[in-house]
Amino acid sequence: MGKAKDKSGPLARRPDNSAFKQQRLPAWSPMLTANTVLPFFYLLALICMLLGVWLLLTVQSTQEIKLDYTELGNCDQCFQLRKNVSYAAQTCSCKVEFSIDRAFKGDVFFYYGLKNFHQNLRRYMDSRDDEQTLGRNNKLKNPSSYCEPFAKDAEGVPIAPCGAVANSMFNDSFTLTYHPSRSRTIPVPLLRKGLTWYTDKNVKFRNPKTDNLTLAAAFEGTRQPLYWQKPVYDLDPDNPTNNGFINEDLIIWMREAAFPNFKKLYGILNRADASFTKGLPKGNYTIDISYNFPVQYFQGRKVVVLTTLTWFGGQNHFLPIAYLVTSSLILLMAVVLTLAWWKFGKDGKNMKE
Amino acid sequence: MCTCLCKTVRSPEGKLSLYCKGADTIIYEKLHQSCKKLMDVTTEHLNEFAGEGLRTLALAYKDLDEEYFSQWKQRHHEASTTLEDKESKLDELYEEIEKDLLLLGATAIEDKLQDGVPQTIEQLAKADIKIWVLTGDKQETAENIGYSCNLLREEMNEIFIISGHSPEDVRQELRNAQNSMKPNGAVNSLLLFEDMGKHVNLIKDEVADGEYGLVINGHSLAYALESSMELEFLRTACLCKAVICCRVTPLQKAQVVELVKKYKKAVTLAIGDGANDVSMIKVAHIGVGISGQEGMQAVLSSDYSFAQFRFLQRLLLVHGRWSYLRMCKFLRYFFYKNFTFTFVHFWFGFFCGFSAQTVYDEWFITLYNLMYTALPVLGMSLFDQDVDEMWSFQHPQLYIPGQLNLYFSKRAFFKCAIHSCYCSLVLFFIPYAALQDTVRDDGKDVADYQSFALLTQTCLLFAVSIQLGLEMSYWTAVNTFFVLGSLAMYFAVTFTMYSNGMFLIVPSAFPFIGTARNSLNQPNVWLTIILTSILCVLPMVTYRFLLIQLCPTINDKVMFKVRQARATPPPPPRRTRIRRTSSRRSGYAFSHAQGYGDLVTSGRFLRRPAISRPSSFPQVGRATTGFSPMGRSAGYSPTGRPQNAKVQDVEVTSLQMYRTITDRPL
Repeated sequence: MGKAKDKSGPLARRPDNSAFKQQRLPAWSPMLTANTVLPFFYLLALICMLLGVWLLLTVQSTQEIKLDYTELGNCDQCFQLRKNVSYAAQTCSCKVEFSIDRAFKGDVFFYYGLKNFHQNLRRYMDSRDDEQTLGRNNKLKNPSSYCEPFAKDAEGVPIAPCGAVANSMFNDSFTLTYHPSRSRTIPVPLLRKGLTWYTDKNVKFRNPKTDNLTLAAAFEGTRQPLYWQKPVYDLDPDNPTNNGFINEDLIIWMREAAFPNFKKLYGILNRADASFTKGLPKGNYTIDISYNFPVQYFQGRKVVVLTTLTWFGGQNHFLPIAYLVTSSLILLMAVVLTLAWWKFGKDGKNMKE
Repeated sequence: MCTCLCKTVRSPEGKLSLYCKGADTIIYEKLHQSCKKLMDVTTEHLNEFAGEGLRTLALAYKDLDEEYFSQWKQRHHEASTTLEDKESKLDELYEEIEKDLLLLGATAIEDKLQDGVPQTIEQLAKADIKIWVLTGDKQETAENIGYSCNLLREEMNEIFIISGHSPEDVRQELRNAQNSMKPNGAVNSLLLFEDMGKHVNLIKDEVADGEYGLVINGHSLAYALESSMELEFLRTACLCKAVICCRVTPLQKAQVVELVKKYKKAVTLAIGDGANDVSMIKVAHIGVGISGQEGMQAVLSSDYSFAQFRFLQRLLLVHGRWSYLRMCKFLRYFFYKNFTFTFVHFWFGFFCGFSAQTVYDEWFITLYNLMYTALPVLGMSLFDQDVDEMWSFQHPQLYIPGQLNLYFSKRAFFKCAIHSCYCSLVLFFIPYAALQDTVRDDGKDVADYQSFALLTQTCLLFAVSIQLGLEMSYWTAVNTFFVLGSLAMYFAVTFTMYSNGMFLIVPSAFPFIGTARNSLNQPNVWLTIILTSILCVLPMVTYRFLLIQLCPTINDKVMFKVRQARATPPPPPRRTRIRRTSSRRSGYAFSHAQGYGDLVTSGRFLRRPAISRPSSFPQVGRATTGFSPMGRSAGYSPTGRPQNAKVQDVEVTSLQMYRTITDRPL
């Protein structure tokens, strides 16, 4: 066994007298004493309070507008139209109006949101093929069995991209217009690129190799998902870096949300435009919506969100308030503990045997 | 009952002789008339030996006639194969041949108790461990042993001796003993209570007013162990502080242990060194064998074995106690971390349509128990100590929580489950509320499933690691390395698994690509982690601190003393010697019958200083026992001869060395 010294004699089998084997290793034995616990609690309460206040001020500086447009204004007609699946091929558009009281300073982000849509359902999340969207040729025409029943159509032609996630892709489109005065309208330019994670756009989603073929030819032998109006290589034909599997709307949709109520990025305000260099000015706005996505099947709602951001994220008051509440709870506990210690345990009077 | 050992031998020349050894009173009865003068001289010598506290034997012999012997052997064979009255026939034959012996002389043997036996017994008594002695020796010997090893003490109110020869006598004696110990206790109704579902009546622990001892003989014990009287006997015995059963057979030893096991809610430990202790060792919950001169029989059938009785103290008060503590902490923590891990899925079910979607990454689920939390728990259950061994010896009361099963009972488990439930609520709902309506600082998604999974699993790992830190009370370098290393390992493995390389190798196995890089650089996420850790851990800290202030346990008190001792080193200990004025104190035992009582009580041989009580100041020195040997163990010998300098080696001694010679190997 590699023991350095060969022991012999009557004490040959005695175990080593090392600190490790005789359980005498030097160690730190902490104990919850009053002069460590109490200052710690007070300090922690102070830190939490400062954090809470700071975060609250940060969050208060964001501005957000949320509009539920499921049945708002003349979108109601589109809502009723979409109830009937036979009219799915018909387009329907509606207009939603809102106004901003204070200008949105800085970058403005445009989100679409859904309520009560469970993208986190297990069978739904399994129903995709990451190798196909990675552009692997063996998987393009041979999607994984997890995509069933959205893997092949009735004639047996493979679907690209397969699966329920891609199939249910959100397909409303929005155009924002600014009305500085009654007569004038200025279209608000939205950047529709740079919306996804770098790793998603450049590593996780790749188009199949084209080798001087067009993208359409690369997708030869497959067909679009059943609920789509356009095939995948027509999602953005003007822009080859946004076409096919690497289309940003597709990528954003394929990144499943954690909860039933979620929002996904649709566009970023293009501040290169002269009118919007400082953000969104105050005034009236309209959104023209091409209303396609039906939500009444799952009692869902559709929402549009415009927001500014800080280093902390969007307008979510939970963390600042949670920190403030925690800090007050800690302070309360610290006071209770101090009282208990003062009355019972000071100078070790409770430790007499 | 004749108690001497006889052997017939044939010398090389062909002469047949009978040799006999035994107690002098017995041998003297069998001697020939011609030995009268020799008898007187020998008696004088024997007195001298006994006065010096040695174990005496007388030896005699007789030459046998061939013819007579072969005839006798024939009759012996008949008697031993007869079906009726075998015992009395054999006894007659033995009586016949053991007559007219010629005295050879006397022998005297010095027999000592092992080192540290009285101190061990005293410490174990302080730890609320009841000690009973079951020996095959005579009553006087056993009583002497009892006094010399601190089991029976002068301060005891009374020592009851049960030596009735009929069941009624024994019952009466037991009842009398009970009445004097508990004058108000109901005699006829035994205090029994049903154990849940087992329908076994258990005897509750009772406390007698005063300290009592019980000595019971083997023949009385035979009656007392009958089913009609066993509960009575057990009740009486449990009221006493010390019980000595003398002249017991090996079977009776096992029976006594079984009796205690059956009717008392206690763990039994049997310790012995000879082949006659094997049945007792096997029957008890824990069997300890002492390896030594008696051979390896006891050792081979035991659970633990060591060479000296005093090691029992270390086994129980240090290793046993630590082992219990470690086991309970390990169990509690293991249940806590797995319950917390699992309950989060329950809450997530409400938000994912109850579709059994896991909250965490599949790899995290695999590696959680395997890699991220395995080593810290292992480190805690290998190295944890609440107080070190020196303090464990000085405070045997620390053993009591283990006896009361305080650290892991149904109640403790329930508390652990509640704690897990609360932690799981925090671990789910804080990340939920923090993430559900927010985005990254550049507007991109952070409320997606994968980021949420990563956030929740990181929060979980931080919370359980900090909880482990709270549980551990002994941070060695190994433990610290395990805890911090496991956290570092988590981040290393996570970043590796979510990297581009792994995804491109097997895309379907590593779908979380990019998640760690894109969400862990958000201050939002880290603030959530900090908040969940605070909310999970602080209630536990508060609860523990309040408990220490309001109702500290014996552990807390001792640890407080440890801290004080470290802060202000204690004054050097004064060795106090309590002079014991008892007249019956002896450090060794006798196996004589009556006739030497005067010698014992005269105190003539008690020239040495008495064994002192161990002082209560912290001892500096040998960490193994913490007590320095006194009296005989320190090298003093009443015969004036120098003792063996090496006291540490295992000597002949053991508690059970004394046995009456009842066997007849003719």
